[in-house]
Amino acid sequence: MRESAAWGVVVAWLAAVPLAGEPLAAQEPVVVGSKAFTEGRVLAEVLAQLIEARTEVPVERRTNVGGTMLVHAALVAGEIDLYAEYTGTGWSSVLKREETPRDPLRTFLLVKREYEKRFGVTWLEPFGFSNSYAVAMLETTAAELGVTRISDLAAHGGRLRAGWSHEFLNREDGFQGLAAAYGLAIADNRGMEHGLAYQAIRSGRVDLTDAYTTDGMLLRFPVRLLEDDRRFFPPYDCAPVVRLAALERHPELREVLGELAYTLPARRMQRLNYAVEEEGRSYAEAARSFLEEEGLLAGDEPRRGGMARRDAGFAAFMVARLPATAALTLRHLWLTAVAVVLAILVAVPAGIALTRRQALAGPVLGAAGVLQTIPSLALLAFMIPLPGLGLGARSAVTALFLYALLPILRNTYAGIREVDADAVEAARGMGLYDRQILWRIELPLAMRTIMAGVRTSAVISIGVATLAAFIGAGGLGDPIITGLQLNDARLILSGAIPAALLAVVVDFVLGRVERALAPAGGS
Amino acid sequence: MIRFEHVRKVFDGDDPVVAVDGVDLEVAEGETVCLIGTSGSGKTTVLKMVNRLLEPSAGRVLVGGRDVRDVDVIRLRRAMGYVIQRGGLFPHLDVARNVGLLCELEGWRRERVERRVAELLELVGLPPAEYARRRPRELSGGQQQRVGIARALALDPGVVLMDEPFGALDPITRAQLHEEFLRLEEKVRKTVLLVTHDLAEAFELGDRIALMDGGRLVQVGTAADFRERPASSFVSDFVGRHLGSAHA
Repeated sequence: MRESAAWGVVVAWLAAVPLAGEPLAAQEPVVVGSKAFTEGRVLAEVLAQLIEARTEVPVERRTNVGGTMLVHAALVAGEIDLYAEYTGTGWSSVLKREETPRDPLRTFLLVKREYEKRFGVTWLEPFGFSNSYAVAMLETTAAELGVTRISDLAAHGGRLRAGWSHEFLNREDGFQGLAAAYGLAIADNRGMEHGLAYQAIRSGRVDLTDAYTTDGMLLRFPVRLLEDDRRFFPPYDCAPVVRLAALERHPELREVLGELAYTLPARRMQRLNYAVEEEGRSYAEAARSFLEEEGLLAGDEPRRGGMARRDAGFAAFMVARLPATAALTLRHLWLTAVAVVLAILVAVPAGIALTRRQALAGPVLGAAGVLQTIPSLALLAFMIPLPGLGLGARSAVTALFLYALLPILRNTYAGIREVDADAVEAARGMGLYDRQILWRIELPLAMRTIMAGVRTSAVISIGVATLAAFIGAGGLGDPIITGLQLNDARLILSGAIPAALLAVVVDFVLGRVERALAPAGGS
Repeated sequence: MIRFEHVRKVFDGDDPVVAVDGVDLEVAEGETVCLIGTSGSGKTTVLKMVNRLLEPSAGRVLVGGRDVRDVDVIRLRRAMGYVIQRGGLFPHLDVARNVGLLCELEGWRRERVERRVAELLELVGLPPAEYARRRPRELSGGQQQRVGIARALALDPGVVLMDEPFGALDPITRAQLHEEFLRLEEKVRKTVLLVTHDLAEAFELGDRIALMDGGRLVQVGTAADFRERPASSFVSDFVGRHLGSAHA
């Protein structure tokens, strides 16, 4: 009876987690995605605004999806319909081709054919720029050592410190291959977030980092791009990748998107990136100015983005963001609360069941422990292709739920087992039913320990939930991720500080609940 | 009132253990029988087969003429009080709720529960005004055991099972409680089966004593029988050793 009621609640909760962006319009929308970095998001806005201006198809944006594998999984699963991808990335990261491509056109055609065959996705004509990797060096160091080409680095490897982006550091066509091709032995290699690498290079803590040829930041930091004299880096021509199913549903898209072909040379892309990252314009504003200049829009009202100006003081900035922060905090709290409540509904009964079947306790607690060791981003990535989950809140809640299970499960099991055996023996001998022993003796006596598990779970979930923004679930991770992309410390703090405060407040409130549920003398 | 007929209990496992072997014993209405023996002799196993915390492997246990297996186990247990060593009180409930829990579960009205609890606490010498709202950990060992006894009497059972009820107490408190027990038994006249490892206690409290060894009953009789007519040299040795050491 109780069990089926509990499952009813679980089902109701799952139903209450909305499929992010359920369409209201009769016509099924096309979903424009992007990876979580500036260029991808500007291009997503270009694609989205062009479709909005020139067709009747409703557009939905999912523009903050972690990395290549996440966004590709989302595309194949039909969670998004199109985004801007690079031929070199498709070649090595998605298709896992080992040989290094040289000819841009041949690469494009091969990638396009393989995508159509294997994923039901096609590549439209390229935007016109190639965003290859480049190695950037602090200008003063480069001048001092007389380095202009990557091959010049080999002689100085022993005294160089490099801060590569994590993706570059671990990729075959990134640092691994580069070091082999040029015989580089860099003394100090570390992975860091890309926005932080520029800060590190400016403050002289590293000498080298990877850069994109269209990176707007290059204009702001005193760095020199080194010539790829052995042609190691493959072509990275950028083009929209689109699900064939979406093109069948909306045939007009092919023609409209085709108008973007070769309109965006690298210098222009650099300027768009610069406009967002250095001038504080919104992605939408940058995209709109480009489309207007190209005359690709058919007379829509320009939209203004809500990006705060960068010259405001920190306090003023936080105050201006208060409404946004409040909304993000509520969203964050909601994601966490749903996950933890679900975890309580599953883990408390499961923990009790384990005390009744000791043989299962080891394996089950072990399995929950393994879940805990999966890196959070990887766990989030696993959720995307699962039916009914996809991008957004459901995947985030599911991942948070899995993380929240172990502390509650372990503490319930331990709490019930720690209950004074004499008290349980007396209760049984007195003639209490099993359920009366559970509800009147065991649970009240174990409550303090169980609540400690709930508090641990809640605090962990609030932390992990900041990563949920990577898969478009929103919350306080949004400003953190965007801030990292824009190298804007205030924006990062506007997410990080409320997240930390939220953890402290929730822990305090649950502490009060614990005292109310398990008054002194409990154990 | 309680009757054991050829009761045998084997604990299964890789190495099965015969804990109780062919026990025949009768406890008459209003009588107190003390089960005594060394640890591992099977005395607690015998006790737990009365309220079905354990089930016999062979033979049967009758209470009031009925096989205990034919009675609903919850009704059976509520019809007999159960007192264990160290009290087994519920640490999260105060004294009044410990004593009144069964009445509450039986659906009594609150005033009736309160009246009954006050009556029982008076009976065991703990004035309710002073003790009703205390937590178990605020009581001495002897007071906890009194509360345990009051709790066992809550539903006015005909039978009370006591498993080493005074075993964990210091000698002075134990002597006090022995007196209390006899005074109480005079007043309420329960059928009592009491397990102990202390022969002096058995002689003092029991109308009859049943001595067990290795799962079998060795002798059943009054204190005088044990002193004057021991059934075997084992019994006379046991009596000599225990009374010797207890009064040394």
